[in-house]
Amino acid sequence: MFKRSDQDQRPSVQIFVDGVAVQARGGDTVSAALLASGRDVRRKTAVSGAPRLPYCMMGVCFDCLVTVDGVGNRQGCLVPVAEGMTIEIQKGKREIER
Amino acid sequence: MHRDYDVAVVGGGLLGSAIAWGLGRLGKKVAVLDEGDLTRRASRANFALVWVQSKGLGMAAYTGWTVRASESWGRLAAELKEQTGLDVCLQQNGGFHLTLGEDEFEHRGQLVTRMHNQVGAADYKMEMLSASEVKKMLPMIGPEVSGGSFCPLDGHVNSLRTFRAFHTGFREFGVDYLPEQPVSQIAHRGGEFELTTPKGEIHAGKVVLAAGNANQTLAPMVGLSAPMAPTRGQILVTERTVPFLPHPLTTMRQTDEGTVMIGDSKEDILDDRELNQGINAVMADRAQRMFPHLARLNVIRSWSGIRVMPQDGFPIYDQSVSHPGAFVACCHSGVTLASNHAFEVARMVAAGALESGLVGAFSASRFVMNTAAAGNCHH
Repeated sequence: MFKRSDQDQRPSVQIFVDGVAVQARGGDTVSAALLASGRDVRRKTAVSGAPRLPYCMMGVCFDCLVTVDGVGNRQGCLVPVAEGMTIEIQKGKREIER
Repeated sequence: MHRDYDVAVVGGGLLGSAIAWGLGRLGKKVAVLDEGDLTRRASRANFALVWVQSKGLGMAAYTGWTVRASESWGRLAAELKEQTGLDVCLQQNGGFHLTLGEDEFEHRGQLVTRMHNQVGAADYKMEMLSASEVKKMLPMIGPEVSGGSFCPLDGHVNSLRTFRAFHTGFREFGVDYLPEQPVSQIAHRGGEFELTTPKGEIHAGKVVLAAGNANQTLAPMVGLSAPMAPTRGQILVTERTVPFLPHPLTTMRQTDEGTVMIGDSKEDILDDRELNQGINAVMADRAQRMFPHLARLNVIRSWSGIRVMPQDGFPIYDQSVSHPGAFVACCHSGVTLASNHAFEVARMVAAGALESGLVGAFSASRFVMNTAAAGNCHH
């Protein structure tokens, strides 16, 4: 499990993960905030349904796909958190309407 | 001269692979002489429809040949699964050609009528459906869709996996796949063929030219002809999404893994290393007018490919009179006709003669006759 550094003095930002309020920090990416949340944030892949977590954290591996503010298949490691942002962990393929 | 193989198949794309697999299935000793990975290969660029509707306008025999392929595709998929464990995800529950606006609907209706009226054509039950009838089967269509034609025999398949399954099957049948061995010369001596490649000579009792557009160059080496007129097509692929498209369309299909493929362009340019983005924009626009929800999806891949295309668009199957045992096969629809190539063409090649009742109409002699007829018109 990840633990935040005591030295991290950045301001708190509240986001919602599957409807639950989570405290992130200003400057976190969505993926960093999810990993630091202590929650089970494993998505399921589109074809086989295998569990995945953010991996490369630099936009390459696409294992961090997540629904951000209603838009599916976003790369969580490339999106900075914002106050009130809603995150949904994707289970399988992106829904076509979102 | 010692004989290495019963049959040498020149070309390891989908068409050559289907015939070689079919020959191996019949116990023949077969070599597949292929080019390398950098080859322009329709087998890796195609749209993967197993398609019947609107095929054969202008050549009635092509309708029957296509229907036969559609009907035996299930058997091919089952045999490949049994042999290799690979599921090629064949789906044949009917397909659509959708129209946008009244003009397109009327134009398509006229085509359906002309197909119905063609003498000697197989009836493949293509019919026009109104927008409201289409909506019952494709609930997510947008308001601009004016209707379309539907054919219950149409379908699609995972064509890359089909290609892989043929090559996997080669190993069990003992078919030798020989890459990086393009054929530069074919000699016919003592009733056998000698094929020259950069890695040496291959000897075979029969030869099947299945090299796509390159058949035009190879065919004259064995007393045959294959006039080709290739075109370029482009395809867009979206990210994976939940299944929403239960039937394939002529211009769009959702794959078994959830991506949406879009594409039906045709250009005379024969460079497949670049894309015409203007054409992609038109294809994407038409797709989202048919299914407005597509506008939210990201396009993740796009490519262009060179179609194998005989000059009049219809397949060529022919056998040489001057070089007995030499055959040529080329067609645009290598996916749709794969079952015919694996079962029928392979059987006829193994037996040593094409059956005129089955494929006589596809002889390249039609080009000679047409040229003569065209010549007469001028006088």
